[in-house]
Amino acid sequence: MSNVSQAASRDITDPLLELTDVKTHFRTARGLVRAVDGVTFNLDRGKALGIVGESGSGKTILSRSIMGLLPPKGAVRSGSIKFEGREIGNLGRKQMRHIWGKEMAMIFQDPMTSLNPLMKIGQQIAEPLKIHLGMDKTSAMATAEKLLQDVRIPEAHRRLAQYPHELSGGMRQRVMIAIALACGPTALFADEPTTALDVTVQAQILDLLNEQRKDRNMSLILVTHDLGVVAGHTDDIAVMYGGQLVEMAPTRVLFANMKMPYTEALMQSIPKIEDPSHTRLTAIGGRPPDLVHPPKGCRFAPRCPYVREKCENEMPQLQQSDLPGHFFRCWYPVGSPEYFESKERNAAKAMASAAPTEVPVSIGEAR
Amino acid sequence: MAGTGTAHLRSASDALLRVENLVVEFPVGRTGLKVNAVSGISLDVLRGETLGLVGESGCGKSTTGRAIMQLPRPTSGSVMFEGKELTSMGGDTMREARTRMQMIFQDPISSLNPRRKVRDIVMEPLTIWGRGSKSQRNDQVDRVLDEVGIDPQRAAESQPHQFSGGQCQRISIARSLVLDPSMIICDEPVSALDVSVQAQVLNLLEDLKQRYGLTLVFIAHDLAVVKNISDRVAVMYLGKICEVAGSDELYRAPAHHYTNVLLSSIPVPDPSVAVKRHPIEGEPPSPVFPPSGCRFNTRCPAAQERCSAEEPLLREIGDGHFVACHYPVHGGDAPVTVRSSSN
Repeated sequence: MSNVSQAASRDITDPLLELTDVKTHFRTARGLVRAVDGVTFNLDRGKALGIVGESGSGKTILSRSIMGLLPPKGAVRSGSIKFEGREIGNLGRKQMRHIWGKEMAMIFQDPMTSLNPLMKIGQQIAEPLKIHLGMDKTSAMATAEKLLQDVRIPEAHRRLAQYPHELSGGMRQRVMIAIALACGPTALFADEPTTALDVTVQAQILDLLNEQRKDRNMSLILVTHDLGVVAGHTDDIAVMYGGQLVEMAPTRVLFANMKMPYTEALMQSIPKIEDPSHTRLTAIGGRPPDLVHPPKGCRFAPRCPYVREKCENEMPQLQQSDLPGHFFRCWYPVGSPEYFESKERNAAKAMASAAPTEVPVSIGEAR
Repeated sequence: MAGTGTAHLRSASDALLRVENLVVEFPVGRTGLKVNAVSGISLDVLRGETLGLVGESGCGKSTTGRAIMQLPRPTSGSVMFEGKELTSMGGDTMREARTRMQMIFQDPISSLNPRRKVRDIVMEPLTIWGRGSKSQRNDQVDRVLDEVGIDPQRAAESQPHQFSGGQCQRISIARSLVLDPSMIICDEPVSALDVSVQAQVLNLLEDLKQRYGLTLVFIAHDLAVVKNISDRVAVMYLGKICEVAGSDELYRAPAHHYTNVLLSSIPVPDPSVAVKRHPIEGEPPSPVFPPSGCRFNTRCPAAQERCSAEEPLLREIGDGHFVACHYPVHGGDAPVTVRSSSN
């Protein structure tokens, strides 16, 4: 257990996870896909981080890069990933096996296909306990039952002998969480853990994850496309777009004070339950960038309502706002004089173009 | 919930679609058991109106949409569309009736034939029905593609996989519009799309509805999406309707405990909003063995003895606001009125 002693020599306030310029590219027939393109951040022990983005933003590949769960062929990785002070970015699957389960665990979107359909629930939870913690069969089963109770599965003892198909989707996701928690990981990755679930069950699962995080002083990385899911359940949020981090801040700061036009546009495009029905939604025109040939400047520039010449030619770097822990990647952030100027200019343009015949909403999507 | 009853139906002459006591059951293998997917629901949709159907998976909302299309035919009940009874129609007349009511589905990519050119996919309904001359058909297809924001030139050269998910949904919408239907049933049309694209498609549906005078039945599990697009919303649970009301009214003052639970389970994209939870335990029971009385009584925070014994009927508790509950959140003293369903 070399990493335990290593961890002991580190300060408890040191970050659990340190990412520096992490890149994950894929070689494909079309060229190099820059799925994750230079991500840097730290994650503290016991905190919940939300990684938010649309499909293709690189959020899933980022979490898989940290977990070392990339396909063996075609992936090109660079940058540094430190977990409890130890470099893990270059480890192979064999070495990662000692970290999976015990130190980092992951739950996936689809609880229907993540469990082995031919194995009883009890065996599936006991397996990591036997392999990683060396438990015997009896104590592994006893621990499995305790875990099922922790994730609030009623009649835990009876469930041990059931197969996945006998359980509902919500119950299966609870079993997945029990398996992930089995060996007491210090970091839990949850990739769209509630997307396949109904809204009432989603609320139960998110509460459960947070409760377990607090009880176990575990870090939680919640990867999702839903800003609503992360708002109430995370300490910090990282917004990804086109393989890059475009804004990162403590959750409250981000929602109250977003600087990146993409974050703003994402928020505005969500239908809000407080708005009266038939409220016109502010859609983001166009579609996410092609990561084989990403735009030269800001990756959001082709869709940004406040775009200027500089945005198209020079890539902005992540810079800090005047609030602690708040970073964004934009030349003319929300609230800057240029932002207001562009906003007025756009409004005038919209007025002028609305006069003749109405044009269908799609701006740029049909190329 | 779960109530039966027709008190919420409006005058039959105004309704484009009127469904009464719709029942859909599926056999469970050869066990003699059956899945009670839809258990006696009634709905009506006025011309130009958008009706939202919400509920969790397994509540029967998609089955209802399909039963309206007679795909498959319902076990019992009546479906009146444009003044004609669909359930007793023969195959050929039914096919013709389906040109007036179209459906779009959740997964836009798998609902388009991957081997055909997009323009041909949109053209096909016109060819099958032999509408107009060849040049008229071409014009119609170009117009509709333009309308949904797809370049007709590109559509002529490309197959579905060359378009994004949002574009494929636009193509599905174009195909459903090409025969000039009066009603479109949308079954979770935006749930597979990213939020930014979802907003584009929702705005497009609103625009088309205005332009073509369309009537929509919008089936979805996302309550915020349903509120945005609907004029009237029906909440379903385990094959029954719990509550029907105008969209704004339903969200302002939910009267059914299930609606309340649903609304408070929605994650709010604002961390400063204190979460007011109406916690609910467990998951919906099996539709093979639905609970007696009100179907929600096993999970309802306000359930009493009467709820498991007696099924509540839909009754009016406010202007156009109907609830099927013995002890609703508000309006509990309103009398149960059974309005004659014959007119």
